[in-house]
Amino acid sequence: MDLHFGDSKPTDEERAAVDALLGPPESSWEGADRTDADLRWARGGRAARDRRDLLLPGLHAVNDRIGWISEGALGYLCRRLTVPPAEAYGVATFYAMFSVEPRPATVLHVCTDLACTAAGAAGLCAGVEKGAGPGVHVERSPCLGLCERAPAALAIRAGDPVRTAVAAPATVTAALLAATAPDSAPEEDPPALAVPQAGQEGLTLLRRVGVVDPASLDDYRANGGYTALRHAFALGPAGVIREVTDSGLVGRGGAAFPTGRKWQATASRPEQPHHLVCNADESEPGTFKDRVLMEGDPYSLVEAMTIAAYAIGAHRGHLYLRGEYPRALARMEHAVAQARARGFLGADVLGQGFAFDIEIRRGAGAYICGEETALFNSIEGYRGEPRSKPPFPVEQGLFGRPTVENNVETLVNVLPILTMGAPAYAAIGTERSTGPKLFCVSGSVDRPGVYELPFGATLGELLQLAGVRENLRAVLLGGAAGGFVRPDELGIPLTFEGTREAGTTLGSGVVMAFDDSVPLPELLLRIARFFRDESCGQCVPCRVGTVRQEEALHRIVARTGADAAGDVALLREVGRAMRDASICGLGQTAWNAVESAIDRLGAYR
Amino acid sequence: MTVTPLGIPRRLLEFTIDGEVARVPEGSTILDACRAAGKDVPTLCEGDTLRPKNACRVCVVEVEGARTLVPACSRKAEPGMVVRSGGERVRHSRRIVLELLASSVDLSTTPRVAGWLKEYEAKPDRFGPAAARLDEEPRVDNDLYVRDYGKCILCYKCVDACGDQWQNSFAISVAGRGFGARIAVEHDAPLTDSACVYCGNCVEVCPTGALSPKREFDMRAAGTWDESRQTETTTVCAYCGVGCTLTLHVQDNEIVGVTSPHDNPVTHGNLCIKGRFGYQHVQNRG
Repeated sequence: MDLHFGDSKPTDEERAAVDALLGPPESSWEGADRTDADLRWARGGRAARDRRDLLLPGLHAVNDRIGWISEGALGYLCRRLTVPPAEAYGVATFYAMFSVEPRPATVLHVCTDLACTAAGAAGLCAGVEKGAGPGVHVERSPCLGLCERAPAALAIRAGDPVRTAVAAPATVTAALLAATAPDSAPEEDPPALAVPQAGQEGLTLLRRVGVVDPASLDDYRANGGYTALRHAFALGPAGVIREVTDSGLVGRGGAAFPTGRKWQATASRPEQPHHLVCNADESEPGTFKDRVLMEGDPYSLVEAMTIAAYAIGAHRGHLYLRGEYPRALARMEHAVAQARARGFLGADVLGQGFAFDIEIRRGAGAYICGEETALFNSIEGYRGEPRSKPPFPVEQGLFGRPTVENNVETLVNVLPILTMGAPAYAAIGTERSTGPKLFCVSGSVDRPGVYELPFGATLGELLQLAGVRENLRAVLLGGAAGGFVRPDELGIPLTFEGTREAGTTLGSGVVMAFDDSVPLPELLLRIARFFRDESCGQCVPCRVGTVRQEEALHRIVARTGADAAGDVALLREVGRAMRDASICGLGQTAWNAVESAIDRLGAYR
Repeated sequence: MTVTPLGIPRRLLEFTIDGEVARVPEGSTILDACRAAGKDVPTLCEGDTLRPKNACRVCVVEVEGARTLVPACSRKAEPGMVVRSGGERVRHSRRIVLELLASSVDLSTTPRVAGWLKEYEAKPDRFGPAAARLDEEPRVDNDLYVRDYGKCILCYKCVDACGDQWQNSFAISVAGRGFGARIAVEHDAPLTDSACVYCGNCVEVCPTGALSPKREFDMRAAGTWDESRQTETTTVCAYCGVGCTLTLHVQDNEIVGVTSPHDNPVTHGNLCIKGRFGYQHVQNRG
């Protein structure tokens, strides 16, 4: 590799930001000033290439400090890591939160996604764009995962350290205050307010949210923390996998793959090392359960990851956390540091001779990175494009090694499985969907938030609990990649098999209620725009298909009947090819919600 | 003496394509098997000298038991697999993919695509006159080759050829995302400010003519490029001791382009700047 770097130099500030992450450079081969010694020997290249996975944290370091990534900064980071500048540029331009053009230090992300649109995001955006001074860059953003407090805005001010502030529910004044004075903006609501059932008896996954101090490891332990890990050490790795398999736990991220089978497949691979990845890149519009868990009960995720790693024989875990979740990031970083300091992570966990540590990686605004293989590429410092399967992650995952990747909610379910035992856990829910499930209820309800119900409750019961309002027009299940159902279908049981039989999907547990205040074609257009913006661009059906889908929905936004029939037929044809021929789940599901609106709700009829 | 490497003997595995039994060596792709059986599967991003990227999705086939269609170019054949290389479902996806491409990209210099559009009854115009297109101006920033990204289907072949699969220059990458994704050097600068070494190996693998030698680009613009009048002469490069095989493309007694055979064990179709572009002295008649 003979790398070519341009003449652009980093500013002192940019250099300091990179050096704060990587340490000072050792030689001119890594970007330091040239000395005589550098002329006699070349070093660093091979070792530096092994650090390619620090590219994304490096880009974050610069973007956090300066607010954008200049040629000089990118060039310096590339020298430090021996990454070709063209590739680093390709990575930097992949993520929505980075800019390679100059922009103000403060970026105000205003959510314009479904729940926020229904709560008046259009007016908020217009007001904020009008009121923001030259020092604030306003960005219309996909779902920020704050749907229970819609409409939402997130301000990020670059500097040392970077400052963030959330305004939710946001008024124009509150959003502008967050952007202009993030330090003096009012404190965000505690996560317990996102859990209407907080403190109630009978909760399993949410029982500690709002009850324990999320910063205190002792409080966590006093409330039953780390008993599951002790059980795990008593059972041994094979015993843990057996319990998880017997419990019937399946993945909660949307794909519903049996967790025990995934763990077993990875544990039995001869290649070493094995990796554990926790997918906390929760970006499905309408989903915020993982955020609430991480903010309200962060140690439970640390414990659950430790158990999973122990079961599959991994000594390194990556927690890939959504870039738009500053509070969850802070809480998880604190929890991991505390656990490490107290011997719950590290070379000898609980004195059991098991070594495990967690590295937190921050996403940078890309829905596609929630796809498991795209997430691997993102961690490794490449563009977050999905890989083709096979090979599957259990064979060749992160860094080409056998990898288990689980969603936050899936992992947290492992704790009750071990404390109450597989049979007791399997008795919750239905025969084929076992355990408790979290639902993210938002939209036209009086008490939006995360609800925990055993599998098998009906949609109507859940909406009743959340206080569904009059004039219910439609319910979106599973988010943008899910499907709409009618108000007369509230008897659908909320299980994987129940929703499948009803011809819809549970997805990641999104339940979004819409009344008739927002026209359906506008919602569908927003969903189409979301997929167009979030397509990675790798395969043709998704890259161009999502654009053609949005164009067609634009044409018929105010049409019905025969006037819309031609474009509806076109949508069906393109949608079918996207579902059949796209590489990954994004393209395969990009047409689901629109199709269900046409078929079930009679949109454009 | 030419030594032909035989490789490790491989077992044959058996599966069916369109109801007929196919026997292929272990490790073969479905595409290999289809081609061996004489079936025409359209491909764009697949390259004989590169690892399959399976980005274009025009080669999809149906495999029994699979939820979605699978790319024939990269899916390895497995014993007992039941593959359908045609049929309504496959034809539908191929037609839509061709329509999506033809409605957004200039495919006028893509070999064979006109025939496929006809074969699959694709109608790219159906998306209307307002359908988004790439519409990029050709970039002429050096004397050797031209980048016309209005013709780019983002097959990643140039990136792979420039990167770790052949040249190891890493001068280009995909930048941006979704429909806005483009092949670019860092900061979208001109090639002359990049790591490009002008080997032209990206030009060699480009399936659409988005990358073309400057000479060919100029002749096409002038309307004088005519492949039917070109002859090919095989020779050996005289510049260095490697001895790369060259194919000289000659039109009207003038060399108009140089390539190397893809099955050549030395070059695998690759050359350097001198072999590919340094032929003017041959016809210096003055």
